[in-house]
Amino acid sequence: MYPSRFGYESPKTIEEAIAILDSYAGEAKVLSGGQSLIPMIKLRFSAPEMLVDINGIAGLDYHRVDPDGSIHIGALCRHEELENCALMEKHAPTIAAAAPLVSDPIVRTRGTFVGSVCHADPQGDWAATMTAMGGHIVAQGPKGTRNISMKDFVIGPFQNTLAFNEIAIEAVIPAPKGVRVGNYLKLERRVGDFATASVAVSLEMKGDTVISAGIALASVGGRTIDASAAGQALVGKKITQELIAEVSAAVAATAEPRTDHRGSSDYKRQIVKTFVSRILNGLATTSQKAA
Amino acid sequence: MTSLYDEVQAAPAPGVVTRRVTIKVNGDDRTVDVEPRLLLAHLLRQGLKMTGTHSGCDSSNCGACVILFDGRPIKSCTMLAVQADGHSLETVEGLASASELHPIQEGFKEEHGLHCGFCTPGMMLAAKALLDKNNDPTEDEIRWALSGNLCRCTGYQNIVKSVLWAAKKMRAESN
Repeated sequence: MYPSRFGYESPKTIEEAIAILDSYAGEAKVLSGGQSLIPMIKLRFSAPEMLVDINGIAGLDYHRVDPDGSIHIGALCRHEELENCALMEKHAPTIAAAAPLVSDPIVRTRGTFVGSVCHADPQGDWAATMTAMGGHIVAQGPKGTRNISMKDFVIGPFQNTLAFNEIAIEAVIPAPKGVRVGNYLKLERRVGDFATASVAVSLEMKGDTVISAGIALASVGGRTIDASAAGQALVGKKITQELIAEVSAAVAATAEPRTDHRGSSDYKRQIVKTFVSRILNGLATTSQKAA
Repeated sequence: MTSLYDEVQAAPAPGVVTRRVTIKVNGDDRTVDVEPRLLLAHLLRQGLKMTGTHSGCDSSNCGACVILFDGRPIKSCTMLAVQADGHSLETVEGLASASELHPIQEGFKEEHGLHCGFCTPGMMLAAKALLDKNNDPTEDEIRWALSGNLCRCTGYQNIVKSVLWAAKKMRAESN
């Protein structure tokens, strides 16, 4: 397989990249890790006139935690940087748990966190993680930057709300009000396969009381599913067995899985319920110990 | 030299834009004019006639095309040749010296780490990336590092043994 013909530019600054995007009026695509885009153009699902390779732009490959506790991930931070990362384990346990489960180890050396969120694949681990953690994308265009919350960013399968002349330069997860805990579970038949079901949970705790709850699902619907409303029952309470049963059933009810060779829709919904319950049980145990 | 899809090593057709890239391949600088859409795996195999890198699934699943890009493993079917401009690549052709096999190659020979051999170049480069970072990996770490590479013959058992063999040899050589 090979792609149809396209032009290629590798600008050295974000401003230059934006100017190229602007001049192609929607016919240019940003190339970062390329681990989704290149397969798409090889299959000719996508045939951009111009690829704007941002890999040569310095200063975008960071991930850091600011003193206020907010997490910042630059457009060229590769998945593998977030794997076995002490900073993420401490401040963003949901990211630390998801990182080793993204695709396979070779793809993780190249693919980027921000690129994966932009790709908005309903199977995407990072879009679900960002949704559960209440993150936003910083988009830069000709007129400067704006923040787009995940709720407004991913609006459907493979659809984000970036303008044609904007680049997602950073993913941000705001400072927590309490202590952030969380986990990510994914069932896949083999490494790198599309998942059967994935669940992201991110809670903020004061002692052993939940003060905010974010839950999102991947692979069990035609889009990333924000199940945080179903998690609201946890807020203001300690995590009890009754609550876990109530919330995991409510989250499973938000899933929209389809029957396929990976399992029936009932089976997948059951996996979601089991995963939510398993994650909350784990978090209840650790938060009781911490309190 | 020009490397295109329609006319390998011929001049580009009118209107086809190429870009001149210089890529260090196994230590040697190679300067090539490429069409932006040319995949790195195809530049290596068709343009540079280095057929050691295999093209398997052509969809980023199997890992037969794994090479090292600035020391890190990548799937060369999922990268454009133009992206390698100014970077350094290592392919299976770069493993052995004129007279000696690389310890990883020796390991695959000693422990029967291949049957048909199609996945082997990618396996060996992925293994090299692991051993360059961790010269004493556990079996689990090896299985983890090779989990992006598929083998349909061996059942992986002997591949894991081959990498353990190579790690031991490389540790002995570095002492």
